[in-house]
Amino acid sequence: MSEAESNVRREPMDLAKAQVPVGRVHIISERCKQCNFCINYCPTKVLEYSPETNAKGYHFPLVAAGKETSCVHCRFCDLICPELAIFTTEMTDEDKAEFGIDGS
Amino acid sequence: MSATEQIIHPAATVHPIDNLLRADRFPHILCPGCGIGTVIHGYAHAIAASGLSEDRHVCVSGIGCSGRAAGYVNVDSYHSTHGRALPFALGIAVHKPELNVTVISGDGDLTAIGGNHLIHAARRNVNLNVICINNFNYGMTGGQVGPTTPVGAKGSTAPRGAVEQPFNLPYLAKATGAAFVARWTVLHVREFQDAVLRAMNKNGFSFIEVLAPCPTSFGRANNIGDGLHEVEIYRERCVIENGAQNLEELDIDLIDASKPITVGNFVDIDRKPFIE
Repeated sequence: MSEAESNVRREPMDLAKAQVPVGRVHIISERCKQCNFCINYCPTKVLEYSPETNAKGYHFPLVAAGKETSCVHCRFCDLICPELAIFTTEMTDEDKAEFGIDGS
Repeated sequence: MSATEQIIHPAATVHPIDNLLRADRFPHILCPGCGIGTVIHGYAHAIAASGLSEDRHVCVSGIGCSGRAAGYVNVDSYHSTHGRALPFALGIAVHKPELNVTVISGDGDLTAIGGNHLIHAARRNVNLNVICINNFNYGMTGGQVGPTTPVGAKGSTAPRGAVEQPFNLPYLAKATGAAFVARWTVLHVREFQDAVLRAMNKNGFSFIEVLAPCPTSFGRANNIGDGLHEVEIYRERCVIENGAQNLEELDIDLIDASKPITVGNFVDIDRKPFIE
């Protein structure tokens, strides 16, 4: 980084140490009513509609292909869900091993 | 990815907060896109964060879509008659002051038929937490115009738009003497939970207005496509102003897109409570 560039770009001092949590999405598909809140407000756009429907005929959310490790466990989908049909947990070491994430 | 391929994300059956809700009744009766479920969810999280046992919490509700809330929380709960949630809750709060009584009801129940109870419970400063779910109309009975319908908004009893001045609920609550007054929307989930928690810890009358989408009645009459569309309106136009002094100017205008919707924790004062 050149000196002129370093004057305008300021990085947080703990950026190297800061760890972004990795979340695991759990979906209770039979409760979903397809209101779209979780899919629309996910900050990392992890979710998409399922091609299948649940017993009431609604397309519930699914983790999009290739986004299995993108959840940052902000819990917004959980908190805004009117049906309590979705929640996230922070990945355990076993989860990380399953997804092939470096468990550090 | 099909559901059968969902081995890496196995389907869950129990939500972590299910122990505070009557999960055997889920999925609940409310429409897709309705915000009342989010309010019940936030109330359950506030109970969990309050540190009090479930036995110390009581939920009272009136009639209407929002009145269903009492049926879905797994604390002692009462579904009272139309508009009488507040006097019913006042009786509980006076007889057993150690209980934390929360009233969850709608704008039609609390401010129309129960309007007098609201102003007098606030005047007496009874130790109650009132969560008023405002969806701007009488949703359950077919979208009639209520006391909170903004001027110009359409309803089944005002096909050319409402002409009456609606209630400004935070201003009403402040003027009648509430000790804690807040307004949030269903999109402000964390702020709403914090406000409920503050209300629970407040010895006095706490009033929290929550703006909730009503896609089936209010949305359909006003060209608001679905619940997400109405929540998007809140996202674009909400301005957070904690401690706002000019509550008389905080009317909600859903028709004029240039008018902001002010939300926040407006009033937090200490007044002599009804029971000391």
